[in-house]
Amino acid sequence: MKILVCISKSPDTTSKIAFSDNNTKFDENGVQYIVNPYDEWYALVRALELKETNGGSVTIATVGGAEDDAVMRKALAIGADDAVRINAVATDAYAVALQIAEYAKSNGFDLILTGKETINYNGSQVGGMIAEALDLPFVSLASKLDVNGATASLETEIVGGVQSVEVNIPAVISCAKGMAEQRIPNMRGIMAARTKPLTVVEPAAIDTLTSFESYELPAAKSACKMIDPANMDELVELLHNEAKVI
Amino acid sequence: MSTLVYINSRNGLAKNALEAVTYGKKLGQDVVVITTGNAEDAVLAKLGEYGASKVLVDRSVTNDDSQQLTRVISKATETTGANTIVFSHDLVAKAVAPRLSVRLKAGLVAGAIAVPNGDTVKVNVFSGKAFGNVKVTSATKIISLLPNSIQPEAIGSSCAVESFDGEAGTANIKLLDTKVPEGDIPLPEAELVVSAGRGLKGPENWGMVEDLAKVLGAATACSRPVADIGWRPHHEHVGQTGVAIRPNLYIAAGISGAIQHLAGVNGSKVIVVINTDSEAPFFKAADYGIIGDAFEVLPRLTEAVKKFKSSN
Ligand SMILES: Cc1cc2nc3c(=O)[nH]c(=O)nc-3n(C[C@H](O)[C@H](O)[C@H](O)COP(=O)(O)OP(=O)(O)OC[C@H]3O[C@@H](n4cnc5c(N)ncnc54)[C@H](O)[C@@H]3O)c2cc1C
Repeated sequence: MKILVCISKSPDTTSKIAFSDNNTKFDENGVQYIVNPYDEWYALVRALELKETNGGSVTIATVGGAEDDAVMRKALAIGADDAVRINAVATDAYAVALQIAEYAKSNGFDLILTGKETINYNGSQVGGMIAEALDLPFVSLASKLDVNGATASLETEIVGGVQSVEVNIPAVISCAKGMAEQRIPNMRGIMAARTKPLTVVEPAAIDTLTSFESYELPAAKSACKMIDPANMDELVELLHNEAKVI
Repeated sequence: MSTLVYINSRNGLAKNALEAVTYGKKLGQDVVVITTGNAEDAVLAKLGEYGASKVLVDRSVTNDDSQQLTRVISKATETTGANTIVFSHDLVAKAVAPRLSVRLKAGLVAGAIAVPNGDTVKVNVFSGKAFGNVKVTSATKIISLLPNSIQPEAIGSSCAVESFDGEAGTANIKLLDTKVPEGDIPLPEAELVVSAGRGLKGPENWGMVEDLAKVLGAATACSRPVADIGWRPHHEHVGQTGVAIRPNLYIAAGISGAIQHLAGVNGSKVIVVINTDSEAPFFKAADYGIIGDAFEVLPRLTEAVKKFKSSN
């Protein structure tokens, strides 16, 4: 079974979020990049588990420049076999998805996995877009994935519950919590990652449909009003009359 | 030119569907709603009150298969000549809107939190730590609105409901089973949320969280370690790597307020924090703070809410 896992980089979760160039650019000063947690913890680890039980290979792909190779090596250290970097600026979800679809088209993957969203743009867009571009079924927000021959069985989150579904592969799947447990790379994995193949692929000509014009930080909260723990009637009164939320 | 709003009417008219129609109306064009399934005409006609001039319903599609829905909405876009398509950014939209974006080559604004300002739309980015203003450069636009970002506004009267053949084709995903725990309020759309963290010491102490949630009519949530150790189900985990929510009221008991937790709840209109430690970082993000033991404060708050409800 050939599995492709789409990888995005994201700032470390403790990063200070700030913007430069008149609030038009994310300020990367002092920011450490990690593999987007959903891509790593769920999509990549589940792909590795499936390979371990069914055989096959796990390829990781990203769209980005040479500066993203470090993040791809981190993902290789966790256990992927090889990496592909499509050499283009990740301008928007549409462009990223179509570049990956273009690459995947000629490589016959049985499964294409993404994380449920990135923690920087939170769009939840790339998986569905790849699926449409390749005319494949898409199961979103899967929390369980098993493959049996030509059929994948999944559990997905639905509003207020879960659903069990089956789909024929090839298919595209976005992966959410529950699917696998985070794996910490060991020294051997890190050493091996240095020499695993990381192929740079030239991009296709693809349009961008959206752009971030500017960014803003939330307004600072005014000081917190402290309430006597013995006086919950006062809190209820404030929530009703002042905050007007109950 | 018109705006097409997709709503999921599987369980009647949910609040987030009314929000999406209201949002569509605020874009200033004629609003047509597209939906699928078995909801009664009389129910769907109510969408007129929120600004729809017409509801199209494809009764041949009774599940949420993303390929079928994409074909139906795409056909409806063609039929109505809509230049803008609005979704509520729920689980169905997350599967369908990206497909539609590729099919129509229409830029997608995912997770909008306000009506457009000029040619940009505001969205949440960095898991709620910041906002971005997105411009769509394609002729057709898709906007997926985060639940609880605007209030539904009933302004008009009921509208016509027409059956529609969206040429849905076949479904590729076979539905085996659906489990929806009874009586729970789904977290992403909840207006009131009561949440608790490791400070509650163990799963056996969640009764007091549930009691408060019950008297308020709130959903329950938790911090990540609480879900990871299995005290609570995963779908209750809020934060940067869990569900991002923006309720009107978020009550957090025994949660320290780590940066990753705050990222998912910062969009709440009002935050109440209950913590024994006056130095807990959560107080910096709170509107109302109580330095105290959750084991005493939660039951007391439940009693106070009961008293308030019975006299109002
Ligand atoms: C990559 C990454 C992603 C993460 N994503 C998330 C995420 O999405 N969501 C999330 O929540 N966390 C996330 N975390 C974890 C986060 O950093 C914190 O560890 C976590 O939020 C802490 O949970 P807590 O507040 O329940 O527990 P603790 O930090 O242990 O805090 C418990 C709090 O309870 C208080 N307390 C103790 N007893 C009582 C009492 N009797 N009454 C009242 N208060 C009491 C204590 O003073 C303390 O403040 C992430 C971490 C990483 C590294």
